[in-house]
Amino acid sequence: MTDMSMNNAQSEKSAARVRLAQRIALRFGLYALLIVFALYYLMPLFVMVTTSLKSLDEIRTGSLLSLPRELDFSSWATAWSSACTGIQCEGLRPFFWNSVLLSVPAVFLSTLLGAVNGYVLAQWRFKGSNVLFALMLFGCFIPFQVVILPMAMTLGVLKIAGTIGGLVFVHVVYGIGFTTLFFRNYYVTVPQELVKAAKVDGAGFFRIFFSIFLPISPPIIVVTVIWQFTQIWNDFLFGVSFSQAGTQPITVALNNIVNSTTGVKEYNVDMAAAIIAALPTLFVYVVAGKYFIRGLTAGSVKG
Amino acid sequence: MTETTQQILSIENLDKAYGTVKILKNINVSIEPGEFLVLVGPSGCGKSTLLNCIAGLEESTAGDINIGGRSMIGVSPKDRDIAMVFQSYALYPTMTVGKNITFGMKVRGIPEEEQQAKLAEVAGLLQIDHLLDRKPSQLSGGQRQRVAMGRALVRDPQLFLFDEPLSNLDAKLRVEMRTEIKRLHQTLGASIVYVTHDQIEAMTLATKIVVMKDGVIQQVGTPNEIYNHPANMFVADFMGSPSMNLIPAQATSSGDGTKISIARTGGEYLTLSFDREIAGMNGSGAKEVILGLRPENITDPLSIVAQNGQLADCHIDVVEPAGSDTFVVTSLGGKQVTARLRADAEVVAGQNASLAFDLSKASVFEPESGARIA
Repeated sequence: MTDMSMNNAQSEKSAARVRLAQRIALRFGLYALLIVFALYYLMPLFVMVTTSLKSLDEIRTGSLLSLPRELDFSSWATAWSSACTGIQCEGLRPFFWNSVLLSVPAVFLSTLLGAVNGYVLAQWRFKGSNVLFALMLFGCFIPFQVVILPMAMTLGVLKIAGTIGGLVFVHVVYGIGFTTLFFRNYYVTVPQELVKAAKVDGAGFFRIFFSIFLPISPPIIVVTVIWQFTQIWNDFLFGVSFSQAGTQPITVALNNIVNSTTGVKEYNVDMAAAIIAALPTLFVYVVAGKYFIRGLTAGSVKG
Repeated sequence: MTETTQQILSIENLDKAYGTVKILKNINVSIEPGEFLVLVGPSGCGKSTLLNCIAGLEESTAGDINIGGRSMIGVSPKDRDIAMVFQSYALYPTMTVGKNITFGMKVRGIPEEEQQAKLAEVAGLLQIDHLLDRKPSQLSGGQRQRVAMGRALVRDPQLFLFDEPLSNLDAKLRVEMRTEIKRLHQTLGASIVYVTHDQIEAMTLATKIVVMKDGVIQQVGTPNEIYNHPANMFVADFMGSPSMNLIPAQATSSGDGTKISIARTGGEYLTLSFDREIAGMNGSGAKEVILGLRPENITDPLSIVAQNGQLADCHIDVVEPAGSDTFVVTSLGGKQVTARLRADAEVVAGQNASLAFDLSKASVFEPESGARIA
């Protein structure tokens, strides 16, 4: 009896050891795979950063992947304040501020309108509200190119063509579909009884929105802001179509810097300019990124 | 008309339809001050819709609702002088317990000091004083339920509405809160409309029960009336646990009274005498009926009042001891019939036992319509 149970115990122990080894091997393989992918995705950024810090000579003679022999920040200064975008040579700076002036109100307005729309579509259903929601969803899938001509005419009629206000308008209209979708799907998980209780308590439409729904919304607000900011900041097509000399956003300016060359192609300036143009979205991700994932999954699990 | 002014709530000929689907059909109910009305029925019978119509959260299609003698057509929920407690508690998730309770008063612009006084009073009554600074997510189910009731109580309304408030609680807590609600009703003398699908909750809480099915009121009455004189087979079957035995039988009337015969296995009949008149028989002839007998009206010979019991030997199929009682199942009229015996009754499954039938509390139903005929 005792012999057998000891044998059993031993074989159980060795089986456990095998399982542990398997688990460690699996873990190891998983991390190796993840590291390979991370390196793959980081490679372009690495090339951009190193190239922006090299002198033109070094770029021409050295290899693409080598580290800069000495750090040279002059191309960043050039990109920011003196690179030529066509005939104007003021760098990205004025366009950067154009983009800020355009993105901030556009993100704010489209998020707010999306929140109100989502609140109505999720909690104040009316006849045809589902059809309306479907149409708004449809709006998300219309390619940018399709709306350029009608949008240009609309801007003309509203007399805001070529202004930053006009671009804000375009982005708000185009963004509402997505922001409404986000907020609607978030608010649809909130029990209807909450609205009923507030109604019995005497609160009206906006009171309920501001006192009860907005306070529970930070996760979805973060998601929407990141999404909208990235879309609007990175947009090129609307920016190039609906702006004029003084109102071009940074993406258009970046394109102009890269395309206006005098003799030699200044790769280091181009790379620095591209990183400058991408920094704000990167910043938003780093600051709000952990809320982003949380917000995306928040609807699925009941809190 | 003088009556209406006294009534807290009166609903007249109320209809509610979504498109062509009729949810509520010709509802007429009224309650006096201090009454505890329970709307009970299976899911989908329209009881919650009726409550929402009373609250003003849904518009009725036709008919009228009066609260405190005032017609409520077109009156918004906040102006109806009601307070409501919901099944999911519906606490505002980002507000503290205290803020939850005072939110309604804040919306109505009641001065801060008065709010705090009311809050303290209600929190004391419900014993939630120590929870006022917590968020709803930090509370247990029972505590959330108390807070939800607190939110209704500070309103001090003419009429309280409860929408299945105990359904989300576990069994033990449910019984505790049930007692608590009953105590609150007695101490405050409040008028309450309470929706539930739990017939035991209905029986224990109500002063008046409304049984509903498919949007139609089946019966309105005191718990006693509903239990002992169900208006039809649906009510008989729905109220009571274990439910009433509904046994197909034949009634015969002649000069020496009415007899009810139930077919037994093997072609025999169990014939019992019935001392009431069956409607539509006029004291003669024979008629197919459904005999409704509660389990406690079929029992062992020792535990029944002697003169009411009619003894018969029955074959016992199953014995289910339940601690306080012993339930046995036998077969009568082709149906499984449950009898309720005292706990120490000596019965053995598979053998015969003598059972006493008390027909003084029996109901007799018309098989086709299901209506009560005696």
